Amino acid sequence: MWNFLLAFIPRAIVQGVPLLYGSTGEIITQKSGNLNLGIPGVMYVGAISGVIGSFLYENSTANLNPMLAILIPMLCCLLGSLLMGLLYCFLTVTLRANQNVTGLAMTTFGVGFGNFFGGSLIKLVDSDVPSIALSATSSYFSKSLPFASKLGWFGKLFLSYGFLAYLAVAIALAASYFLNHTRKGLHLRAVGENPNTADAVGINVSRYKYVATCVGCMIAGLGGLYYVMDYACGVWSNDAFGDRGWLAIALVIFTIWRPNLSILASFLFGGLYIIYLYIPTGMDHMEYQELYKMIPYVVTLVVLVVTSVRSKRENQPPESLGVPYFREER
Amino acid sequence: METKVAAVSMKNVTKTFGSVVANEKVDLDIYKGEILALLGENGSGKTTLMNMLAGIYYPDEGQIFINGKEEVIKTPKDALNLGIGMVHQHFKLIDVLTATENIILGLEGKLNIKEASKKIEDICNKYGFEVDPKQKIYDMSVSQKQTVEIVKVLYRGADILILDEPTAVLTPQETEKLFRVLRKMRDDGKAIIIITHKMHEVESLSDRVAVLRDGRYIGSMTTKDTTVTEMTNMMVGHAVTLNIDRPDPVNPKPRIVVKDLSVRSEDGIQKLKNVSFTARSGEILGIAGISGCGQKELLEAIAGLQPVETGTIEYVEDNGHEEPLLGKDPLKIAEMGVSLSFVPEDRLGMGLVANMDLADNMMLRSFRKGRTPFTNRRPSKKLAESVVKELEVVTPGISTPVRRLSGGNVQKVLVGREIASAPTVLLTAYAVRGLDINSSYTIYDLLNEQKKKGVAVIFVGEDLDVMVELCDKIMVLCGGEVSGIVDARKTDKNEVGLMMTRVGGDEIHE
Repeated sequence: MWNFLLAFIPRAIVQGVPLLYGSTGEIITQKSGNLNLGIPGVMYVGAISGVIGSFLYENSTANLNPMLAILIPMLCCLLGSLLMGLLYCFLTVTLRANQNVTGLAMTTFGVGFGNFFGGSLIKLVDSDVPSIALSATSSYFSKSLPFASKLGWFGKLFLSYGFLAYLAVAIALAASYFLNHTRKGLHLRAVGENPNTADAVGINVSRYKYVATCVGCMIAGLGGLYYVMDYACGVWSNDAFGDRGWLAIALVIFTIWRPNLSILASFLFGGLYIIYLYIPTGMDHMEYQELYKMIPYVVTLVVLVVTSVRSKRENQPPESLGVPYFREER
Repeated sequence: METKVAAVSMKNVTKTFGSVVANEKVDLDIYKGEILALLGENGSGKTTLMNMLAGIYYPDEGQIFINGKEEVIKTPKDALNLGIGMVHQHFKLIDVLTATENIILGLEGKLNIKEASKKIEDICNKYGFEVDPKQKIYDMSVSQKQTVEIVKVLYRGADILILDEPTAVLTPQETEKLFRVLRKMRDDGKAIIIITHKMHEVESLSDRVAVLRDGRYIGSMTTKDTTVTEMTNMMVGHAVTLNIDRPDPVNPKPRIVVKDLSVRSEDGIQKLKNVSFTARSGEILGIAGISGCGQKELLEAIAGLQPVETGTIEYVEDNGHEEPLLGKDPLKIAEMGVSLSFVPEDRLGMGLVANMDLADNMMLRSFRKGRTPFTNRRPSKKLAESVVKELEVVTPGISTPVRRLSGGNVQKVLVGREIASAPTVLLTAYAVRGLDINSSYTIYDLLNEQKKKGVAVIFVGEDLDVMVELCDKIMVLCGGEVSGIVDARKTDKNEVGLMMTRVGGDEIHE
């Protein structure tokens, strides 16, 4: 049993990290009243932007500078997701378009964008398999502390991950502190609950919505980058990221809009996401595997039911979630 | 009084919404150390004007001077920086936050809840407020929420205070308390503007009144030197009579008999407890109570919209035949002639569809009557036209979406439609909430007309002065229980007010 856990938990955690980035980003976004269903697309764009950056850098020089090898993909990733965030805000905040439609369109767009450029790069390298491998860059991203492997089970459980995994936890904790213990966080929550009220006390609603959504997108984008560079060892193949973006949105509801809770919840979801690999089904009953893959979504449904029944006001979504704001609306 | 300083001076202020002119060339002065009552009919532009001072709207034309200096108020923040604070009719509070968090919302600097709570307590002590800084807004009563709003404005150091219909939802006792605080603030040198429709409040509280009509400034006068009739005439533009008649009920017969009615809300909270009463034809039965004491549930139970725990509701026909209403679906009940016109707090929540125009809203009641799958728009258009004409609804036309009308006009449309369906029982709740004095009297006349026709009218109201004058009987609810049923001809508003706060209302005489 111990050996099983020792093997399973680290796998669950690396599965959970992209979800954690996605859900932290989405929580910050939703707290501003924007229901960004474009997160899966944003994570795709974040990932492919990072891949493009590192691809160009890897092909431009023979000797990679470790700092640049990390910084270039990261900056590209942040820039790509920022542009997605700006697009979403321009449509929903400035033009007051319907948030659901915009978000869904952005997801479709983001996935297509990723696959288009991913496919183009694959064509460029002309390889036998439909993927590109950026193993050099990836090795920097997935580098863990040198002494981690010497510390036995402790090292394996806690120290065997690349720096982006720790960054995810740090960002989630910081987001949690920001929302609950700072004035800006209070203002952000107010904007999401009741923009009219926030506006009446002089909070710039549009600015908060823009900043929160863009920062949220950038955080979510890092989840895509982590997936390619660390989890997938630098291998990009089209559609590999799958539906993790939707799981991240489900996590937002699961954690009732709390980034600190999301740390554990995303690792749990990561575990549920891959648990089918660890439950022996035999070759005759492959269909059971498909059932196990449903577990995270079933859990989310159950949580939705439970939180709706126990209607504590604090556990409800931000009140104006999904509603565009226009000051002079009568 | 010492020499007065004009705290606010508005000159030539104009504001339009599309083709609707809300304010046209308004000049208004407000002085320090006075309470100004801003009067006007619904849709006369009072709230719009004040919203421009508070930075919610931006004037199209005109200038605003604060303490003699011309200022540009673009945002609520600008207004607050100039010391202007507004308490809106619909509270601008965030339910899931605490009182303190709401009060400090929007301020700069490091977040320090403890220090803020301390300062809030100081303000409360100074003016005699009661606020628990840690209480969540959704746990508060209406009057507590209002207190938080006022403290919020004072916390920011406002010395020009605007209150938009602050007493619309308060009991007489709470109103008195509020007025005491306002007087104290006036004596402290603050300029206070209050928008209200209740003339007796204007008389008892304000130093000066200013009147708006159709978005234009008509004039102002010292409260001491004027009368209710004069003020009303200025508001309406022609002479009006301000008497509510109360014709004696003709041949009253029981129409609705409610026995031991108990209702629990979905969360299991007891909303009504053993309520029994009889509503008679040709009578107006008033139902008084602090808001949220079961008035809504009672009306909904009669209309068949609310599941009932125990008890019976019987509808008595003219020939004495009793027909139970419980268990019937709302449509059947409506067909029997029980008509519900409920004006909820947000006015559009029940009964009208905000995005549909007047004519289509009229059709909501009658669309089932048609035989073909197609709608017949003509009767509803006619009805809409007659309601607009008779109740003097201010609207560009009957094809305007209801959402565009001002609150009072929305209400007229709703009440007008319900009365047009010729009911035998008319249930109204807050029918005159937010309506100006002229429209209110139109509604009272309409109710009296129904009463003369032999309709049993149940009138859930807020303004006790009116209820005492209009109703035949008043049933007082307190926390879902019947606190007492009194003859409106023999009671006064203080007795009713006390019954609202305590079952029986007696214990308070210590």
